[in-house]
Amino acid sequence: VSRTDELIASLAAGLQPVQRMRPPNRRALSWLSVTLLVVAMALAWFASMDVMRQRLGVTRIALESIGSALTAITAVLAAFELSVPDHSRRWVWLPVLPLLLWMSASGAGCLQNGLGLHSPFAHHTPSCFAFIIAVSVPLSVGLFWMLRRAHPIAPLPVAAFGTLGVAAMSATVLQFFHPFDITWLDLGFHLAAVLVVMGVGAALRNWLLATR
Amino acid sequence: MIAAQAGDRAAYERLLRDVTPYIRSIARGRSRNPADVEEIAQETLLTVHRVRHTYDPRRPFTPWLAAIASRRSIDALRRRMRLSKHETADDGASETFADAAANSEVEALGSAEEVRELLRKLPARQREALEIVKLKEMSLAEASAVSGQSVAALKVNVHRALKALRGMFSDRVP
Repeated sequence: VSRTDELIASLAAGLQPVQRMRPPNRRALSWLSVTLLVVAMALAWFASMDVMRQRLGVTRIALESIGSALTAITAVLAAFELSVPDHSRRWVWLPVLPLLLWMSASGAGCLQNGLGLHSPFAHHTPSCFAFIIAVSVPLSVGLFWMLRRAHPIAPLPVAAFGTLGVAAMSATVLQFFHPFDITWLDLGFHLAAVLVVMGVGAALRNWLLATR
Repeated sequence: MIAAQAGDRAAYERLLRDVTPYIRSIARGRSRNPADVEEIAQETLLTVHRVRHTYDPRRPFTPWLAAIASRRSIDALRRRMRLSKHETADDGASETFADAAANSEVEALGSAEEVRELLRKLPARQREALEIVKLKEMSLAEASAVSGQSVAALKVNVHRALKALRGMFSDRVP
């Protein structure tokens, strides 16, 4: 009897019934519904809606916010889809267009406003970095709690898209507390925060996603 | 697989045995080494067991299984490449001595008979000193008592015997 035969016998002997996992799109929808509800309640409590309404009146800022929000939604959906073995790897392309919209709208703002080193709001920029990190952490807890149930066989893209999703959502929330227009300095800090969140997620992927 | 998700052990064992040749065929596409193929098959079976709750009966089973087997094959290949980066081939590992010349000498001797032949060519007192001090590992005092040679004479004769043997070895090794 080979070791593979022995392994099969032992796996079969220890078999327990399992609860089948729901399809990834439905699981993504569940996480997004709950999270968006909580975020909306927090914004209603803490953010100034009048200021935000005024800012969204500017087309470029509206496009930037829509871009980051869609990046969050599509990246989270891609993470759930990629967590299941037989789902198409082409889901990785889903967040590309929203990401381009977000970056190009932000870039257009930077072109208008310049580097921002001498901006009266320059000293707020490190706070933006901290804000994105701080909001991403609790969002990640709930997301990875759900994603880890799939024990993804390829954890890197799942972790990368999951963290891109939460970081983009944090950047969207940041818009509500960002009463000044974006500069290159701002964008640099925002992107650095997104990359830090993604880097930590990628580095801790096996632990976060319970792959072993 | 649906029965296995419900906890049917016999169906699960039958399924795993039936799919193992298919898993091996996927593994063989990545590695020709039979040990690697078996390792990939086992890793795949363990993963199937771990993620069996992710199989959706509305979707075909084979792509689900093939995705797992392919991923485990890639993982095994990467692991092997990582290991090979930290390993250095030791061409001399099978040689008796690190020095190539030393190996040549030993190989040139070929057998114990040849060693004995060389020893017979030594002068009688040198051969006797070498045999009792170096081969029988007697102390110099014991050797002196047995051979009747003084301790100083034994030391000199052992030294001369070894020097003579070295000369004979170098004559035989090109």
